[in-house]
Amino acid sequence: MTFSRLVLSVVLSLMSITSALAQAPKSGGTLTIELSQAPRHLNAAVQSGVATMRPAAQLFASPLRYNDKWEPQPYLAEKWELAPDGKSLTLHLVKNAVFHDGHPITSEDVAFSIMTIKANHPFATMLAPVDRVETPDPHTAVIQMNSPHPAILLAMSPALCPIIPKHIYGDGQDIKNHPRNSVDLVGSGPFKLKEFVAGNFVVMEKFDQFFISGRPYLDRIIAKVLPDQSVMAIGAEHGDLSLVMNADPRIVKRLVKAGMTEVAKGYEGIGAISWIAFNVRKAPLDKVAVRQAISYALDRDFISKVLHGGFSTPVVGPIAPGSPFLDKTLNPYKLDLVKAEKLLDEAGFKKGANGERLKIIMDFIPGDETSSKIVADYTKSQLKKIGINIELRTSPDFPSWAKRVAAGDFEMTTDVVYNWGDPVIGVARTYLSSNIKPIIWSNTQGYANPKVDELLAAAGQELDTTKRTEQYIAFQKIVNDELPVAWIATVPYRTLAAKNVHNVPATIWGVMSPYDEVWLDPK
Amino acid sequence: MTWLRRIALAAGLMLAVIVLNFLLIRLAPGDPVETVAGATGGMSEALRASLTHAWGLDLPLSSQLWIYLSKVLQGDLGYSYFFNTPVLGLILNRIGPTLLLITSSIVFSLVVGIGLGVKASNKPNGLFSQFIMVLSVVGYAAPVFWTGILLVILFASVWPVFPVSGMVDIATSLDASVFKRVLDILHHLFLPMLTLSIIYIAQYSQMTRTSMINTLGADFIRTAKAKGVSERGVFYGHALQNAILPVVTIVGLQFGNVLAGAVLVESVFDWPGMGRLAFESVLRRDYPVILGILLFSSAMVIIANLLTDMVYRYVDPRIRRADE
Repeated sequence: MTFSRLVLSVVLSLMSITSALAQAPKSGGTLTIELSQAPRHLNAAVQSGVATMRPAAQLFASPLRYNDKWEPQPYLAEKWELAPDGKSLTLHLVKNAVFHDGHPITSEDVAFSIMTIKANHPFATMLAPVDRVETPDPHTAVIQMNSPHPAILLAMSPALCPIIPKHIYGDGQDIKNHPRNSVDLVGSGPFKLKEFVAGNFVVMEKFDQFFISGRPYLDRIIAKVLPDQSVMAIGAEHGDLSLVMNADPRIVKRLVKAGMTEVAKGYEGIGAISWIAFNVRKAPLDKVAVRQAISYALDRDFISKVLHGGFSTPVVGPIAPGSPFLDKTLNPYKLDLVKAEKLLDEAGFKKGANGERLKIIMDFIPGDETSSKIVADYTKSQLKKIGINIELRTSPDFPSWAKRVAAGDFEMTTDVVYNWGDPVIGVARTYLSSNIKPIIWSNTQGYANPKVDELLAAAGQELDTTKRTEQYIAFQKIVNDELPVAWIATVPYRTLAAKNVHNVPATIWGVMSPYDEVWLDPK
Repeated sequence: MTWLRRIALAAGLMLAVIVLNFLLIRLAPGDPVETVAGATGGMSEALRASLTHAWGLDLPLSSQLWIYLSKVLQGDLGYSYFFNTPVLGLILNRIGPTLLLITSSIVFSLVVGIGLGVKASNKPNGLFSQFIMVLSVVGYAAPVFWTGILLVILFASVWPVFPVSGMVDIATSLDASVFKRVLDILHHLFLPMLTLSIIYIAQYSQMTRTSMINTLGADFIRTAKAKGVSERGVFYGHALQNAILPVVTIVGLQFGNVLAGAVLVESVFDWPGMGRLAFESVLRRDYPVILGILLFSSAMVIIANLLTDMVYRYVDPRIRRADE
């Protein structure tokens, strides 16, 4: 070996060592995140919503976690078996897991948590088939169900199934109002609660006895409550925030310009869709032809490419893109004003002398610029072209809008609804005739079709994925034709990370995943 | 006797404020259960019914009012619907930052406003005086949220020397010494305080200037000068002491306005005070918190007015003597 070759090989090996070192996770540092809404409290077993779920996924571990391909991964349960009849799920827990106060995490806690979630969580269908949880030994929990439940594995995710300590919450107090949901919280996750100031911030610190050795890497996570989007954006631009989620293309562009990295993955789980809901109980929207005409008059490509700056994807069905159950062959309702007018003519809504056929009042969610206000303005101008005069009705704030929609006191409204992973949890609720209720994000459209009810009920219990997909495809075809709502686009959520943040969460639950693998380059 | 009467009046006023606010907030469409459903991404019918019942929203309005009043009289402001924690704790957490913002703004605008006014009255037709006139018209006309946003833009993008949101840098303040934390708070305080003060600086400088010019033309000033009192003594000892009275009156009366301005300023600068909590609680229809804040703020206004009366007695001997 010549001298120069020797030097070259030494240099190359040194380079490979340094690059390996550069990629090896480093411990330490503080990750600062934003919460665009104030969390009511931090116990996600009895409270849903991103504001609670993001910190709760750090404070509580769950039986399973998910990767970015919809595949369950071990977490508190190192192994699991779903019985062939789909009516029981056995979880084998890791043996070294302890709560933040040092108590071991046992199957008793898992049983307590699951039954608490079933009884109190806002997503009533999520664990509805669960009958009881058996605990043959401290590290085995067997979930017994009355009927097969294809969503049971997904329901074990961090965002949906936090394992909470029985010795704290099992004291007989109403868990929804339990003081320990906000103060002296004892969790099971990679980070423990240091301080929670309601409506202001949450400080979480590394839990040294976390059951996955060597993790978490971060020393601390600070979650700041920043309801004002411009205040949030300024903070992120100045490096005060290192990991944020946002759905406003203008803000996303600003933050990318300020040097943050944009990650589009990680929102497959929540599957947020914006749509225009029709009150199908009220004329003229009770006629399918009118709803189809409206759908044909809207150019979804224009909305996604121009109004949303290319950040969203057009949607024409109830299941969000990114879900394995999506039917990609649905009628895309490409812009066709001639067809729209023909449909209205045939339905008996001829143009009057002033060119007007119909007058419809349209509501929109106040404060939601991207998915509501812009879409409502655009709809008004588009429908004018086919002779529908839209009167936009402004609501002063969210509760006023929600009250109107829940009470059925609307004709048409923009809305944003989440799939929440499995159609059983987040999709069926807005189409089942049994769920026509005076509650926001139930079937407030008043839509009823026995075939849809039947398909949703069957798919909700079907374990064979192929069959289940067929049932959901049949369901999508029916509603895509009858249009209880005119779906518009995905909500263009993005994760933005500062350059020094590594392993940015990009699983199906994205920023609602545990941050035990996230690490920072030292500044 | 007069003091007793005043306190009784104040108590009556507070009661009226509670009842009026209680009824007023319920006129707004939408209810707290709806907001919680919004925050949770949906809700079951059973949960909706249980929340409505737990919060007493299914009772007639008169019973709700009666229950609320009897609890308030026992010092219990109730629980926040949204946060599920005692209202008193939430408010006590937020009242400090608000008081800090308000008092520092009042003191700052008094010192700067009176200073500028006095300086301008020295030469009423001078360039400086004209400048102050224009400045105060602009300052008075500009709404606080607008000046606030301009300051945010200036100090966030152009000249980033002051933080533009929050009261502390949470990450550094956790491990910092008390001295560093105080410095950090003052650093964060500057912009919101300046924003809230501008309109009052405009008023006080204008008022002091006019009042000083009037006073300087009065007979007793001529007498003082004839007695051989120095120019400085006449200016500050005789003229200013009299000219300041209308400013003191207006400060007391404006306390409520400052509090209202704080709601806007706290929202713009993300200041964790009572104003921001009030604003957010209205959006959440969190009745107990809104009522608690209104109760506290009306108490603060009433106390401020009583204090003004006392200060007035101190600075104006004529009132002291009239009482005696």
